[in-house]
Amino acid sequence: MAEFRLPENSRITAGKTFRAEKRDGNLKEFHVYRFDPDDGKNPRIDIYEIDLNDCGPMVLDALLKIKNEIDSTVTLRRSCREGICGSCSMNIDGTNTLACIKAIDEINGPVKVYPLPHMPVIKDLIPDLTHFYAQYTSVEPWMKTDSAPPDRERLQSIEDREELDGLYECILCACCSTSCPSYWWNSDRYLGPAVLLQAYRWIADSRDEATGERLDALEDPFKLYRCHTIMNCTNTCPKGLNPAKAITEIKKLLYTRGQ
Amino acid sequence: MTRPISPHLQVYKPQITSVMSILHRLSGIANVAGLVLLSLLFIAAPYGEVYFMRVSNILTSWPGLVVLSLFALSLSYHLCNGIRHLIWDTGRGLTMDSVRKSAVVVLISAVILTLLILIV
Repeated sequence: MAEFRLPENSRITAGKTFRAEKRDGNLKEFHVYRFDPDDGKNPRIDIYEIDLNDCGPMVLDALLKIKNEIDSTVTLRRSCREGICGSCSMNIDGTNTLACIKAIDEINGPVKVYPLPHMPVIKDLIPDLTHFYAQYTSVEPWMKTDSAPPDRERLQSIEDREELDGLYECILCACCSTSCPSYWWNSDRYLGPAVLLQAYRWIADSRDEATGERLDALEDPFKLYRCHTIMNCTNTCPKGLNPAKAITEIKKLLYTRGQ
Repeated sequence: MTRPISPHLQVYKPQITSVMSILHRLSGIANVAGLVLLSLLFIAAPYGEVYFMRVSNILTSWPGLVVLSLFALSLSYHLCNGIRHLIWDTGRGLTMDSVRKSAVVVLISAVILTLLILIV
């Protein structure tokens, strides 16, 4: 059942404010969600003021500047800093995206940074993705074949390969799944857009020979059909992919198969 | 120790996508309520003209007409957006560009349809 309010231990309190010492720079406030699992307190919002003239252009640059120069306890995941690894996915300015490719100057007013929505928080901006990865595992994201292996690679026509465009680029950052209200309320049983897009990536692969089995596994009122085509997923994908379209294709295949 | 849940509705910016979607659900609920309201007429009819006119007078009073107009709007929105969903189910119109455009089309057609219902 959908629980719209945050539980008691998750409600956000006011935190500390770190003002810039030099007042003459191009100052911008960053409101950052903080949660320390060791202090027994509720999450809080800390405010950091930084000079944009002395900072890289992306939100990740600012967060790392905060961590390096103001408050080393700020905790976040990051790796590639160029939108290919999916580690720094978080909620910035009200939508989910990658901090490394979100430009600060796109945001009016204070930059509000939260972890990915409706996820258990390990610390600060780090959500627990265990369940998300378990769901990914559940769609068996590898090629399954019955036929005898050929002497060389399994070949694919150019057209068949093109079927995977817009699917293989997914980096599993979980921005889409955690933008989906349906996933917020039903993530225990609904697989969510990211995992369904990945499931379709194997269904659509001409070399995979387990299409029927994969469709059987998805034919479920919760796993697949909690998607109500809200489209928040496609709207937020930092890679410009279209999970909602992939989900619709799965639904279509299930429908035409039943004909 | 139970981990806190990160904020969701509290911080996620309303999107054209999510707002259209929740309106679809709310209008669906409103349509049921509106149908109940209209069916009061049919419930009252067998009891005779007096009762029928009493219900009819309430429905055609100013507040009654406002409620009925909102019902018409709710019906129109649900119908138009329902057609949008049917088109989506065929796999068409699912790019963000079309989704934004069709949202505008749905909103405008819902208003036009409501006005038509009110005039006729």
